[in-house]
Amino acid sequence: MGKQKKKVSKPNKPDEVSTGMDRRDFIKLSILLGGGVFLSGGLLGCVGNLSDGSAEIIETKGDTMIIRAGCPGHNCGGRCILKFHVKDGTVTRIETDDRPGDTLEDPQLRACIRGRSYRRRQYHPDRLKYPLKRVGERGSGEFEKISWDEALDLLASEIKRVKEKYGNSAILVPYGTGSYNQINGRQTAARLINLLGGSLGFYNSYSWACISKATPYVYGTSVTGNQRQDWVNSKFIIMWGWNPAEMRDGTNSEFFIKKARERGARVVCIDPRMSMSAVALADEWIPIRPGTDVAMMSAMAYTIITENLHDKDFIKRCCVGFDKTQMPKGCEDEETYSDYILGTHDGIPKTAEWAEKICSVSAQTIRRIAREYATSKPSVLYQGYGMQRRAYGEQVVIAGCCLPAITGNVGISGGWAGGIALQADDGGPFWNVFPTGRNPVKATIPVFLWTEAILRGKEMDLEDGVRGVEKLDNNLKLIWCVASNILINQHADTNRSAKILKDESLVEFIAVQDQFMTPSAKYADLVLPVCTQMETWGLQDGWKYGDEVIIMPQLAQPPHETKSDYQICAELAERFGVREEFTQNRSEREWIEWAVERYRNTRFPDIPSLDKMEKDNWGGYTKAVDKPAIAFREFRANPDKNPLRTPSGKIELFSKTLFDMGKPNTIPAVPKYIQEWESPFGEEAKRFPLQAVGHHYMARVHSTHDGVDWLEEAFPQRVFINPIDAKKRGIYDGDEILIYNDRGKIAMPCRITPKIMPGVIDIPQGAWWKPDKNGIDRRGNVNVLTSHRWTPLAYGNAQHTIMVEVEKI
Amino acid sequence: MAKQWAFYFDSSQCSGCKTCQIACKDKQDHAVGLRWRNVYEVAGGHWEAKGDSNWESGIESYNISMSCNHCEDPICMKNCPNGAIYKNEEGIVLIDADRCMGCKYCQWACPYGALHLNKQTGKMTKCDLCIDYLAEGKQPSCVAACPMRVLKVGELSELRSEFDDWENIYPLPSAHITKPSLVIKAKEAAKKEMNWKIINREEVRDA
Repeated sequence: MGKQKKKVSKPNKPDEVSTGMDRRDFIKLSILLGGGVFLSGGLLGCVGNLSDGSAEIIETKGDTMIIRAGCPGHNCGGRCILKFHVKDGTVTRIETDDRPGDTLEDPQLRACIRGRSYRRRQYHPDRLKYPLKRVGERGSGEFEKISWDEALDLLASEIKRVKEKYGNSAILVPYGTGSYNQINGRQTAARLINLLGGSLGFYNSYSWACISKATPYVYGTSVTGNQRQDWVNSKFIIMWGWNPAEMRDGTNSEFFIKKARERGARVVCIDPRMSMSAVALADEWIPIRPGTDVAMMSAMAYTIITENLHDKDFIKRCCVGFDKTQMPKGCEDEETYSDYILGTHDGIPKTAEWAEKICSVSAQTIRRIAREYATSKPSVLYQGYGMQRRAYGEQVVIAGCCLPAITGNVGISGGWAGGIALQADDGGPFWNVFPTGRNPVKATIPVFLWTEAILRGKEMDLEDGVRGVEKLDNNLKLIWCVASNILINQHADTNRSAKILKDESLVEFIAVQDQFMTPSAKYADLVLPVCTQMETWGLQDGWKYGDEVIIMPQLAQPPHETKSDYQICAELAERFGVREEFTQNRSEREWIEWAVERYRNTRFPDIPSLDKMEKDNWGGYTKAVDKPAIAFREFRANPDKNPLRTPSGKIELFSKTLFDMGKPNTIPAVPKYIQEWESPFGEEAKRFPLQAVGHHYMARVHSTHDGVDWLEEAFPQRVFINPIDAKKRGIYDGDEILIYNDRGKIAMPCRITPKIMPGVIDIPQGAWWKPDKNGIDRRGNVNVLTSHRWTPLAYGNAQHTIMVEVEKI
Repeated sequence: MAKQWAFYFDSSQCSGCKTCQIACKDKQDHAVGLRWRNVYEVAGGHWEAKGDSNWESGIESYNISMSCNHCEDPICMKNCPNGAIYKNEEGIVLIDADRCMGCKYCQWACPYGALHLNKQTGKMTKCDLCIDYLAEGKQPSCVAACPMRVLKVGELSELRSEFDDWENIYPLPSAHITKPSLVIKAKEAAKKEMNWKIINREEVRDA
């Protein structure tokens, strides 16, 4: 279809990727934007239907419109509502959800500092403006401005060239969670590349590799979480390595825990750091050595079993593998779950004394917590994600599922089965509903191993986690990185990654599509400037949990030459003759309408039309949860009639599937404490005696928001160190210190805090890599210190397993 | 119409997330360095070594989110050489910018760090309790923002009768000095002698 001349009256088919507007809308638009012509879709429905005399629903304050919209969907875990004050096309202020009520069933979706400070990101002087082509060495950050035509011609020709020379499996559109709002984000590029023959696929994630892989071995599903409003029915809640108040694990999770405390629940935080959640919510903080959680969990099981606190009836009816009476066929004489705990096979009873030496939690405390967890009835043991992003992270996932099972805290209100806990009954939100289609390339790799696929793709096979084919047929040759800072910054071992990417004989072409010159963008050959969420349409339906849809109407024009990811892909599609297939002739707004329809046909049958929600300034649509769903309720009531999708149909404390893999030292059939490959107990501790973690900082969403001035003011990037470790090294608060191991060096200011256990330092993750001329990072990108080594079963990132030393500079 | 507007702050459940601080900055459009509301991170207690490399925590921590306490006996008002500071009929302490000469006497006097010099205008500036929002029946920006819902405003006497009051926790000075219109719910630990320290000083210092 040829290009149509832009018309003011509503055409049958949209011009380019913009929506047609009818004349009335155009007039309203002009009022709002001071007369500028809008290219893609207006929010102007918000003005309301002025001519029909209906009540003024939209707030105005003089010449300022107040528009309710979702907070831009980065990967924070929140799905909140903001109120944007828009004057002359500029956002002048941001408020948050203020719907009356704010009940447990339907609470306000209040944004955090990342949403509240968004103007400082939206109007940041460093936003990319034009397409850029590399002129210096790769990674030098030297670019020249080029036109969009030149830029997209270049990208198209490179994709064509690599396709023809090597094949589609040499192309990577890497993992990226920069945007979930449908129109901006990786999914737009995934859709296009799938129409062009596909690209190397990948599975699992940086967030949840171990927990998403391992949970189904126990439960046969990932849907193991009750709806969060059920937490108020719990008597005892362990927040194990879980910090929702800071990283926002679903809007309001911390609010729900607060409500649970009001109803009498006792809350314990087990974490190497006294996190924000621990300060706000814990009745008790138990510091634990990173990477040793399974030791404590095993010792808890020891106390529970030897003191007869386990739920024998539930174990008998609903589990297998607990003891000799319930082992799967062919494994009758193998080490059972309780064999491991009691030490009947390996001669090491996992007593609290045994665990104490490993995890640093006193035996007394371990026993006390074990008793409290088993007897409170019901109890929640919530497993956070930090402890599974570690060496052998699969073990802590499984151990954290077995404890609820043996204490009968599964399938009941106020209990919690553990694991990844996608929300019952339907698994929770879509997250991304924009259709990416089918990838014609069958080969997939674990998401974390893309640097391997550059170096030795053709040698990678099943042992390296290759799936879908037996061997890869290509090394990666082209990377098209969209809404992602994975290349440099978020992937492990920054220095090694940089070295790999710098070599143009390996990856021959790198394009990065983003809003800022991120460390990944610095390594691109071509940089494409993307508009922000406020400059296009979008919507989302929750994050992991959630019974809300947040809508983001377009508030402003994309500035300079920025475009949405969708528009960039549409124009690229044009060059391959697949524009119509890609766009389905939908404008950006029409895609959002399409998404609303999807929601209506599935999780939100009563959601109003986009027109109505826009016109009435909803900002979001929520479903009150007054009867929270309970995972495994039917299974618990009748396990024979409602079997789990495990081989036995029951909860597998012993997994024959894992047993049959034949790797008992790294993939045991029952959850085991395995000393990490970099640990305080290994030889490496002589040179590198401190453990380093990189927690999810309030100031950022991973690496998004870094550089926003109000956020840096509130939470400056620091390495956090205990006064005992600092004193030993002559370090004072605010000193610039050197943190290093064999993989790299960081020099950055420190903050002395007693809120982290001695022996552990914390460098909040996501800060943008800033190497000086000696290659020392000056900002604190924790991945300078992390390793590319992956976990044995999930092939997951073990990015928190780091040993370092620290020195005064 | 309140006799004395006051803040209620539940320090026992404040996470220190600073959404209150940012919400205020956004409303006022304050540059980096100027914050009407600060969040103090307080910690006390000791670590106890157990054996070779095991540790037991005796650490306690809480946060204090504070702007201006609209004191019943405001020392800033008494110290202003130009009479630029006044209390309105609802107890809100305000600055008449026309009379202010930016001398900072009020800042020196205030024990709560409530006064700040706005470098752009050259005038002293502080929390105005979102007097414009109150007039519309809206909550102040910080109160409406808080994800943990630990901030409230109300009539001082009503807040005092509804909530336990412990506004003398570290680092707050004795309430007798200026009679802050502030009701704080403190953690039990906060009431103990624990060698408390502000551990985020660089985040709360005036630029």
